[in-house]
Amino acid sequence: MINYISSIIIPLMIVLIILYGIYEKQKVFDLFIQGATEGITIVAKLFPTLLGIFLAIGLLRNSGVLELILTIIEPIINLFNIPKEIMPLALLRPISGSASLGIATDIMKQYGPDSLIGMIVSTIMGATETTIYTIAVYTSIVGIKKIRFVLIAALIADVVGMILAVVLCRLVSNGFC
Amino acid sequence: MLNIIWPVFIIISIGYSILIGNIEAINNSIFEVGEETINLILTLFGTLCLWNGLMKIAENTSLIEKLTKIISPIMRFLFPEIKKGTETYKSISMNIVSNILGLGNAATPLGLKAMKSMQQENKEKNKLSNSMALFIILNTASIQIIPTTVIAVRTSLGSAEPTKMLIPIWGATIGAAVAGIISAKILMKKF
Repeated sequence: MINYISSIIIPLMIVLIILYGIYEKQKVFDLFIQGATEGITIVAKLFPTLLGIFLAIGLLRNSGVLELILTIIEPIINLFNIPKEIMPLALLRPISGSASLGIATDIMKQYGPDSLIGMIVSTIMGATETTIYTIAVYTSIVGIKKIRFVLIAALIADVVGMILAVVLCRLVSNGFC
Repeated sequence: MLNIIWPVFIIISIGYSILIGNIEAINNSIFEVGEETINLILTLFGTLCLWNGLMKIAENTSLIEKLTKIISPIMRFLFPEIKKGTETYKSISMNIVSNILGLGNAATPLGLKAMKSMQQENKEKNKLSNSMALFIILNTASIQIIPTTVIAVRTSLGSAEPTKMLIPIWGATIGAAVAGIISAKILMKKF
């Protein structure tokens, strides 16, 4: 069931969007081309960022520094039953979108996208946002510095999202649902 | 932020590997990084352009406006101060729907517009109002039906089931949003 829902949702959404476009008399193919062309710019801008991130992450991992840091913080994260392999992502996710994408890809490449670690990493990427960046963008547009409880509440949400990602992925990979 | 983190990562890594005599491994990772990035970008290229194209169709229809009706009960609970039918109300609900549909291009401008109009109604101009605070928290929680980038990355790494984690994602993202909203509603009274 869970697999069926996961595989039907995307084709279904594509059909719905196209049908809705036709219903409202839009030139759907022209719009598609326009959007896809804009996509080229997005990817082109993403490339240099990812290159830089991959360089830094690759060095961190191959030098052994990453392993060292993970060994140090392992006792703390064991309390939450979170696999230590995902910690680099958990720490950088709220700070930088492209850095976390680079790290997530790096982790999935090492452990395989369909492994438990790969699943957790995918879920964290899909379920959380670049919290600190988002707060910065939305507060700076109105020039407000007193953000009250926003950072705390948003980080609580992130932690809950990450713990849920671990729990739910364990359930799915154990064959529940 | 990355202007600090990035050099620190690189300097510490290279310094550490010189210290422990592990310089070969460092060299390998420097020479492989270009190819590694190109491989990822090539797969992302197709998928991201595809979704951007499809989402352009959705953006040009009244789909977002129609779907805002569904979330109006939630809106009343989250933003009791904002009256239905106002421009602010419209921008907020359209921003939420665009986020859920993954229409990032549409969501951010709507969100910024919503922030500006909430600021006009804000009594203390140098402090976020309750509505503004909750609105930002909702945007950081980012409930999204189809996380296209993750699916693209999984596909590029040869996943047998690129969409397998959709349901854990929905569970985690809704749980995170609820946790954010509850903490905000509690903290709002104290701060």
